[in-house]
Amino acid sequence: MNILTKALTTAAMAAALFAAPANAADDVRIALVVKALGIGFFEAAAKGAEEAAEELGNVEIIYTGPTDTTAEGQIEVINSLIAQRVDAIAISSNDTDALVPALKRAMQRGITVISWDSGVAPEGRQLHLNPSSNALIGNMIVKLAADHLPDGGDVALLSATTTSTNQNIWMEEMNKVLGDYPGINVVATVYGDDLADKSYREATGLMQSYPDLDAIIAPTSVGIVAAAQAVVDAGKVGQVNVTGLGLPSEMAGAIESGASKSFAIWNPIDLGYSATMLAYELSQNGIEAEEGAEIPMGRMGTLTLDDKNEGAMADPFIYDASNIDDFKSVF
Amino acid sequence: MTDTPLPATGRHVPDRLNSRAHRVLRSWEALLLTVAIAIFIANSLASPYFLDAWNLSDATFNFTEKAMIAFAMALLIISGEIDLSVASIIALASTMMGLAAQYGAGTIELVAIGLVVGLLCGAFNAVFVTVLGLPSIVVTIGTMSLFRGVSYIILGDEAFRGYPDSFSWFGQGYVYWVFTVEMVLFALIAVIYGVVLHKTNFGRAVYAIGNNPTGALFSGIRVQRVKFILFLLTGLMSGVAAVCLTSRLGSTRPSIASGMELEVVTMVVLGGVNILGGSGSIPGVVIAAFVMGLVTFGLGLLNVPGIVMSIVIGLLLIGVIALPRLAAMALNRRKAS
Repeated sequence: MNILTKALTTAAMAAALFAAPANAADDVRIALVVKALGIGFFEAAAKGAEEAAEELGNVEIIYTGPTDTTAEGQIEVINSLIAQRVDAIAISSNDTDALVPALKRAMQRGITVISWDSGVAPEGRQLHLNPSSNALIGNMIVKLAADHLPDGGDVALLSATTTSTNQNIWMEEMNKVLGDYPGINVVATVYGDDLADKSYREATGLMQSYPDLDAIIAPTSVGIVAAAQAVVDAGKVGQVNVTGLGLPSEMAGAIESGASKSFAIWNPIDLGYSATMLAYELSQNGIEAEEGAEIPMGRMGTLTLDDKNEGAMADPFIYDASNIDDFKSVF
Repeated sequence: MTDTPLPATGRHVPDRLNSRAHRVLRSWEALLLTVAIAIFIANSLASPYFLDAWNLSDATFNFTEKAMIAFAMALLIISGEIDLSVASIIALASTMMGLAAQYGAGTIELVAIGLVVGLLCGAFNAVFVTVLGLPSIVVTIGTMSLFRGVSYIILGDEAFRGYPDSFSWFGQGYVYWVFTVEMVLFALIAVIYGVVLHKTNFGRAVYAIGNNPTGALFSGIRVQRVKFILFLLTGLMSGVAAVCLTSRLGSTRPSIASGMELEVVTMVVLGGVNILGGSGSIPGVVIAAFVMGLVTFGLGLLNVPGIVMSIVIGLLLIGVIALPRLAAMALNRRKAS
């Protein structure tokens, strides 16, 4: 009997642990499901989602995700969200395919499902929000260099590997719009294989081969950091501007030293904000996600869907000395 | 209340040690069951969405696959061995099924492949443990990397999809109303393992080996053969779980089921199986499966982050294990005074 009493006490304590304030019933509940909790990038996205919720007024954000980046963990989360009959799920998925059955079930039960950042196969969501598009990225990387070269100049590309799909598409897109930036000369393209040491050597080689080089564009987060280091070590800060795509946490030093004047990557806050806006529009304002649809997303403008129900949010966000301190601790 | 011996007078007087063990065992399951009921009630009070047949049905997916392996693992742990490669066996079996599906294998072939790969992996572990006499924890930590490594070599960062439609029955199908195929399989396997462990000579042999392998050997039990079979069974159950999980996900990646081995072992230990071997029961594991499933689902409904969930499971495990020990200590002290 003694054991039983103790067990009951424990159980009562457990019950107290479970008890939580009930949800306000008439709020629109939008679940922001991320790959795993405790990742700076996604915490920032949640911040953006809260911002959107505040703007919309009657929205409650449920920011959730598994402990590890597994599909099984996300399915458990999705199941519990289905059970709670949330109004919408906006997910950055750990697996394009494995989540489809669970998300299909959510949609069957009347829940709006969209994916953002990392997508789900088309049959498992109503639309997918890409942070940016290849064309926008291609344009951005050359614009970043051109902005600091009003009279034109020589630039070189430091890419990942010769077979890196993303980088190749971006450089191709860049070449298409190169005519819009008169005076910008692409003198060479080298490959650092996304290895820090090889990228460093290639960047050093570029500066030796082209003494008048004005900028190095590295559309890879590994290459851009290595190139910035190479510029610092060569004593060419101020002469050669390193730019491209990088992570604020890794690039803070390069911005501080002046080796890089600016670089770009998506802004997770905007991404969370837009995903929330889109989920709200779809679930509350009866907007259909179909090819050609233009869906408003608050301060981020509108999202235009293509034939796969995907859309690009915006230009990559530019980070420079004015905002790097706000973002370097985020991702 | 003074602790008077049970009035089993008159007839045969049971061995005191046995009756005590029996009582502890009984109180363990009673305790677990109390915890399970308490959690169930707490969940119903905490969330208005909990008491819904379909939601509860969805929630069973949190534990059915793990529990299938846990039953086999319980026998293995009772016999004094352990298999940490079960999640990796799932990965390998799922990968092989995916590979076969690419070549147009039908549902029956896929299931057969899943089960056979599971059995082969179990046999692989068994040979190292029983024939070469290596410690099972070391062997299966090795095969944990090995089996999943093969999956990574085959798949890389790719995924197998394109399983036949009928294959989805195992992980997404319903037998009747809210009762899923997985639930029925879970119940069936629980009954089979319950009977094997508690009602057969084989089950007695498993206990005997766990309590005293040398003694068991001298009593004429073929210790290595029993252990071999237990590893085969664990592999087979991992194969069954692989079929269910793959069917539920509809695709295979090499990271499938990662970390599941520890959840399976947690379930077994929570179920009252002595991690050092020798004691434990299948009903205990069944209740433990429900406890873990209810806790994760209940906390999920309240959107408690996964990190907090693992903390709660950890506390639950330690609490449930420590409680009888504390109670016994208190009892002893009272008796002494």
